Amino acid sequence: MTHLALLPLLIPFTAAAILLLLADAPIAVQRGVAIGSALAGLLVSALLVAGQWNGPILAYAIGDWPAPYGILFVADRLAAQMVLLLFVLAVPALMMATAGSDRTGRHFHALFQLQLAGLAGAFLTGDLFNLFVFFEILLLASYALLVHGNGFRRSRAGLLYVVLNLVGSSLFLVAIALIYGTLGTLNMADIARLLPLVPVQDMGLVRAAFAILVGVFLLKSAVLPMAFWLPHVYSVAGMPVAALFAILTKVGVVALLRLSVSLFGDAGVTQGLLLPWLPVLALGTIAFGTVALFAAERLGVAAASLVLISSGILLFSVAFAGAGSTSALLYYLPHTTLATGGMLMLSGLIAERRGELQDRLVRGPCVGNRLMIGGAYAVLAVAIAGLPPLSGFLGKLMLMQAVAPLDWRLAWWVALLLSGLCMTLVLARLASLLFWQPLDPLPDQSIATGSRGALVLLAAASPLLVVLAVPVSAYAASAANQLHQREPYLQAVLGDAPPTQRERRP
Amino acid sequence: MELLLSLGVGLIFACGVWLVLRPRTFSVVLGLTLIAYGVNVLILLSGRLGAKMPPLSLKGAQGLADPLPQALVLTAIVIGFGMTAYLVALALRALGESGDDTVDGASPKPLGKDAEG
Repeated sequence: MTHLALLPLLIPFTAAAILLLLADAPIAVQRGVAIGSALAGLLVSALLVAGQWNGPILAYAIGDWPAPYGILFVADRLAAQMVLLLFVLAVPALMMATAGSDRTGRHFHALFQLQLAGLAGAFLTGDLFNLFVFFEILLLASYALLVHGNGFRRSRAGLLYVVLNLVGSSLFLVAIALIYGTLGTLNMADIARLLPLVPVQDMGLVRAAFAILVGVFLLKSAVLPMAFWLPHVYSVAGMPVAALFAILTKVGVVALLRLSVSLFGDAGVTQGLLLPWLPVLALGTIAFGTVALFAAERLGVAAASLVLISSGILLFSVAFAGAGSTSALLYYLPHTTLATGGMLMLSGLIAERRGELQDRLVRGPCVGNRLMIGGAYAVLAVAIAGLPPLSGFLGKLMLMQAVAPLDWRLAWWVALLLSGLCMTLVLARLASLLFWQPLDPLPDQSIATGSRGALVLLAAASPLLVVLAVPVSAYAASAANQLHQREPYLQAVLGDAPPTQRERRP
Repeated sequence: MELLLSLGVGLIFACGVWLVLRPRTFSVVLGLTLIAYGVNVLILLSGRLGAKMPPLSLKGAQGLADPLPQALVLTAIVIGFGMTAYLVALALRALGESGDDTVDGASPKPLGKDAEG
């Protein structure tokens, strides 16, 4: 199936168009189309991963225009894994939405599908400008989804989020203009080939362009000086939306990984763009997330701080990307996305149940349905805090072994262990506040089937990642190898043709 | 010519950044629009400047302008336009819901009828 690389993008796009036409149809029909599209995407991306397991990289040139000129999608192991993770998260998020939050405004399902399409495109594209376009698609959908269901806090947070991301998009375009002006190409593989050959007089401009690009990706992945927006935004989003937002920061992380490994390689002109300072900022992000976790007054903010901590951990490993640390990163990434997504969703569910108290962290009657909600909370908390036997422990163990040269190892281990300890403390305290009070518990309310299924799926993810640790980490290792060899990617995209001749640009 | 345009882009950017940092949403929207203009000119610049180079192959033309930045800038304009429209709608809604059009919701001088409160 040569078209497989494009399908994870086309399916949600088509579904979004259909859903726009069905805006006045009964909600059951819309839900059917939306979940059907997510399941089809899941199937296709599973096929993509299966094909990538041993197979060659799929490069899909739209209209068969040859590589440096045409519009290109590339499905390598990393992209296939991320797309699969996206749909694995999307299915429970949509199930959760069927519990009623999709009826609070129009076009929820169409926007949700557009966001899926934007995310899938951002993972699969092989071209910097299309990466920008897909970023915009997913951001536009996320702007609308964020304020979905109205509310003062949502429109205020939405305003901040939109302004911040518009500035980020403008910077992205500046970087693209400078890169095109100096290198004459925006195809990622072509850039990778040209970077070692940049003439001396262009070096400053090229370096500045890539520095801006790195800054944009760091803004998306919420690193320290640009992280303050995240707790505001994530904690006000509706449940299914917040769960999907858990993967938004990972887009920045993956883009940065691809940039630093596939594009930069060993090229002299981009030496030192990440290295001495990104680890410091990443450690700062972990510290900031931990402090924010202690200071949180709402469960939603606490869950958003967990996203920050995971962002810091991922970025630290990106900074020292070597084959070993990348494979550890690619095992940790699905775990942390699913676990924090589950936690954000759960905090919304708990807020719904506590009536006036919402998710404010004050004493009150215990949450009802303790077996279901409490059980899911326990599993997710153990997974996030990195306690054995769940996947957080395995992932952190791999990261501790793999990442960092000797002089950074102490700081890295301290940051990981200390943040893990703090997360354990805070999550345990929140559990006692929510589930273990002397007051009479709230009566059990029925949980909608969709939410119940979503909770079970997300809580099962971490144990499953442990049971399947061998194949998953083997796949992660092969994906990391493929990424670090670079040559297969360039070969698949550009073929054997000699570099295209270009005019000198004044 | 390049110098003039570069200085112009820089000036537009500076004004845009200053406006984005203002407290009220209206000036932030204007600032973002200015930044978008600056970016668009910059993208066009990345395809080199030439007064006698048409984007089509015409008789007597000495060369061809690079058509790609024109395509890019078209996409960027459309996206920027859509985003700005959405931002304006969102800002109006925030104003309608809170009666206050500052970005962070902490207005030193409340607007209009809220002035006494």
